[in-house]
This record gives sequence, C-alpha cells and structure tokens, in this order.
Amino acid sequence: MTAVLQPGVLFGLCGAGLVGIGLFAVVTQTGLLRRIVGCNILGAGIFLVFGAVARRGAGAGFDADPVPQALVITGIVVAFSASALAVALLKRLSELTDGDRAEAAERESGS
Amino acid sequence: MTPLVHATTPGGYLLVLAVILPVCAVLAIVACGPRSAARIAMVTLAAGLAIAVAIAAELISSGAALSYVVGAWQPPLGIALRADGLSGAMLVMTALVVVAVGLFARVQHGLDEGARDGRAQTTFWLMLLALWSALNAVFVGEDLFNLYVALELLTFAAVPLVCLDGRSKTIMAALRYLLFALLGSLLYLLGTGLLYGQYGTLDLLALSRLSRQDPALSVALALMIVGLLAKAALFPLHLWLPPAHAGAPAPASAVLSALVIKAPVFLILRLVLDVAPPQAAAIAGQLLAVLGAASILFCSVMALRQARLKLMIAYSTVAQIGYLFIVFPLAAGSADLPPWGTIAWTGGALQLVSHALAKAAMFLAAGVIAEAFGHDRIADLGGFGRVLPLSAAAFGLAGLSLMGIPPSGGFVAKCLLLTAAVIGGYPWLAATILIGGLLAGGYVFRVIDKALAVPTVPVKTLRPIPRRLEFAALALAVAAVLIGFVPLRPFGFLQIGRDGLAMALTP
Repeated sequence: MTAVLQPGVLFGLCGAGLVGIGLFAVVTQTGLLRRIVGCNILGAGIFLVFGAVARRGAGAGFDADPVPQALVITGIVVAFSASALAVALLKRLSELTDGDRAEAAERESGS
Repeated sequence: MTPLVHATTPGGYLLVLAVILPVCAVLAIVACGPRSAARIAMVTLAAGLAIAVAIAAELISSGAALSYVVGAWQPPLGIALRADGLSGAMLVMTALVVVAVGLFARVQHGLDEGARDGRAQTTFWLMLLALWSALNAVFVGEDLFNLYVALELLTFAAVPLVCLDGRSKTIMAALRYLLFALLGSLLYLLGTGLLYGQYGTLDLLALSRLSRQDPALSVALALMIVGLLAKAALFPLHLWLPPAHAGAPAPASAVLSALVIKAPVFLILRLVLDVAPPQAAAIAGQLLAVLGAASILFCSVMALRQARLKLMIAYSTVAQIGYLFIVFPLAAGSADLPPWGTIAWTGGALQLVSHALAKAAMFLAAGVIAEAFGHDRIADLGGFGRVLPLSAAAFGLAGLSLMGIPPSGGFVAKCLLLTAAVIGGYPWLAATILIGGLLAGGYVFRVIDKALAVPTVPVKTLRPIPRRLEFAALALAVAAVLIGFVPLRPFGFLQIGRDGLAMALTP
C-alpha cells in the first residue's frame, strides 16, 4: 500500500489511467468536440507520466530531474495551441453548417 | 564525465540556417503585410534552395555528417542538429519541391488579379514557409523531444493548408487530419517520456549507442511508431488522407502529399534502423512490411475506382507510401553488411525522393487541369491533352515513376526493392511490388487515355492557361525521371555519416 502511495508511483498510475480514458474517448466517441476533449485528457495523462519520470530522477540521479519538467512545459504549450486550433476549426465548421441549415430551412419555408 | 557524442563541424551552421531562414521569412511577412508576401517568399525560396545545395555539397566534400551543437551544450541537456547523407537528400528534395510549388503558386495567384494579395494567398505563403522550416527541423533533428515539437509545427502548418478555401467540407477534412495527427503525436510523446525515464537521454545518436534488449525500449518504440504511422497515413490509418489531400488547393496538395507525410516516415526509418534492438527491429520490420503491402494493394485498387482526379492521386499517395515500409525486412542487413549498405536501403531512399517529385508534379498538373476546366472528373476530361500538352506530358512522366517503368526514379527504386526481395527470400513482397506496379499502370493510363482521346466536341478551357503555369509540373516530372540515372548499386551519398553508427554497434 505504501509503495503505491509514493508520489512517483501514484503519478505514474494516474497518468496511465488518464491515458487510457483519453485514448478510449478519442477512439470510441464520434462527436468531434468529445474527441478533442479526449485528446486533452490523453495529453494530461502523458504530462503526469513525465511528472513521474521527473520524480524518479532516473536521468541524472538527482532527487528530482528538472529536464522532464522543462519538456512538460513545452509540451503543454504545444498541446494548448493544438487544442486552440482544433476548437477554432470546429467553431468555424459549426458556423458554416448552421448557416447551411438555416438557408435550407429558409428555402423550405419560402417555397 | 560522459564522452562527447556530438561536435560542431565546420559547415554545421548551415543546418541552423536551413531551419531558421523560413521562420525569419514568416516573421518578415507578418511584419511587412500581405503586399510583399509573395516577394519575400520568392527570395526565401531561392536562399533556402542554395542552403540545401550547400549542405549537400559540404556532405560530399567532407564525406562525413554535419553536426551543430546548439549553444555548445552537449546532450542530454543540450540539443544537437545532425545531417547525414539521407538527411541531405531529404533537404535537397524538400527544397526542390517547395521551390517548384512556390513558382506554380505565384503564377496561379497571378491569374486572379483581384485576389492576388488576398487572405488565402498570404496564408498560403506563411504556411508554406512554416512547413519548410518544420520539415528541415525534422530532417536535421537529433533530439526526440525536439523532433516532437518539429512534427507538431509541421501539423500546425499543414492543417490550415488543407482548408485554405474555407468550405465546410475541407474544414471537416482538416479537422479529421488534425485529430489523427494529434493522436499520433501524443502517442509519440508518451514514447519519448518513457525513453527519457529509462535512459535519461533523448539524443538519437546516444540512444543508438545504448540500444539494448529491454521491454521499456520496445514499448516506447512501439508507441512512437504507431503514432508516426497515423501521421504517415499507412493503411489502415490512412482514412484522413484522401479527403484532406484532395480538398486542398493544388499547390498545397502537392506539398502535403510529396513532403509532409515523408517526415514521419523518415523518423520511423531512423527509429527502426538506428535505435531499435536488432531482434525487435526484425519483428517490427515484418509487421510494417505487411501493413505496407496491404497499403499498396488496397489503396491502388481504391485509386483505380476514383471518379475524381485529385482523389485518385491522393489514394495513389497512400499506395506509394506502402513501398517505403516494405524496405524494413529487406534492408535488415547482416553481420558484415549494415542496413544502409544494402540495395534495399538505396531503393527505399530513391522511392522517397522520386515519389515526392512525381507526386508533386501530378498534383500540380491536376491543379492546371482544374484551373482550365473548373472540375477534375476523369470521365469528362476527354482530349485534355490537346489544350494542355505540357500538363499531360508532366502527368505521364510522373506516372512512369509511379508505375516503375524505365527510365525513371521509380523504376530504379522498385527494381532495387524487387531484387532485394528476391535475393532476401520474400516472394510475397516481390509479388506485391509487381502487382502494385500493374495497378499503378491501370490508374495512370486511365488519365493518359483521356488525355490522348479524340474529343467528341472541341475542348475549350474556361480561361487561357499561361504556359508558365504548366512548367513547374513538367520540371518536377522531368526531375523524377532524371533520378532514374542514379547507378543501380548502393549509393555512396546515402551512406555519408552512417559509419559512425556502425562503429557504435561494435564496441
């Protein structure tokens, strides 16, 4: 029990769990927004795994390794821009398709 | 004290320039506004081509890989850039395609006087240059996390290119592409994290020296390769590619199909051949070859059945990518012959380059056709060769390379792969290569047949097409044919910088 509660192990397990949930969402969900959120959960899980790696300090033999933390910060920035791009595209898509639907409804009511 | 893995070589600064220059041009365009976008892009194209050629010349004259250690910080803390023969070939190929596409786009934008400095045009230049920088970063990158960032930059530049025209259909295609690419890069990132956790370094050269039998290494590499496969659109992860590549404007399709999917393929090549332990690499190679063969057969048939020209070319891309994956078991090498000494390695690299040139030529030719007739339904194109002879010629020459008919780069590539398959005892791969060639012949001749057909009504174009527009496609197609004059043996240039790895394997 105590072995599991060590921060490194706990982080790793939580990260693995989130990766699983995110992957499941991306693969099974059909809604685009849900898939984007799934990608975000998957990303969060991966960042936690990086946290666990940093805590283990396997790289340099420190108590905590700063390199994975630096990587995670970059990773978060990249993941954030990816989400922003995806949501912007989705927003534009829904505007366009809503417009089409409104036009179709107008034509129907007009005829 | 860890031994020095990398040392900056005299020409190393060229690698930095190759990555930085397009980014500077992007910033300059943003600063100067849309009016000067095309002019800045043209200057950058010329300078970038010169840099790529200079890197290749430096590689040939020194006979060793170029390296640059950023800020003189050694890995694992620092980041190194390195270009060996294969990277050099990729850099030159990228520069050639980008320059040709840029010239085509410049003429095409000139056709609509009103839209010349429009938003879509300016975005195209910005994204083309950003994409070039990201591609160069992938080809010279040596740090796995740095490569992750480069891959993401590549995706962020490629996705807007898909939906430049802003129709809901292309935005849908772009979004699907983005989701596939994101999933792929996240899996790659997870693998990177595991590798760092296990070895404390992300440097490819350092990892290749550490390479050993280890479950963590296998899991990490499997995650990374699956992620990269989604980006490279290998069957069955190819679903996003045809709508995305067929929906984009012609010059954008050309760079997407010719270059963007090559970056993940290049990384898979490096991971499997350089980092993976031999036993795991053999299993992974077999699996990748099966997927590659399935890709060739399935997507060639799909290409045959398409009614639209651009969709046909897009399916042909997935099929041709398959050839790059059957290289792995063929180039396995042996105790006295490293993988990069085999003819399959040369064949694979030639396929990479000749497909890029031929596919870009085909998409540009299809762009001319769409510009001339306003549609690209193959059935209604009867006799287009009479009004667009240069484009028909470009399509035919590029087709030679895809089918693997001499004299062309594709012929040499496929001939080398076929020979390697027969010698190596892989009859099913040899059969796949031959059937794939026949199917490619089928879909190319469908279009050539239309080009040479006698039209029932006189063929007329919607608007006059300047010859200049057709030259870019023809030039690329001729380049794809010229590659066929590379001698049929392991090619020396591709082995530059590889011997350092060979010594690492036998300490």
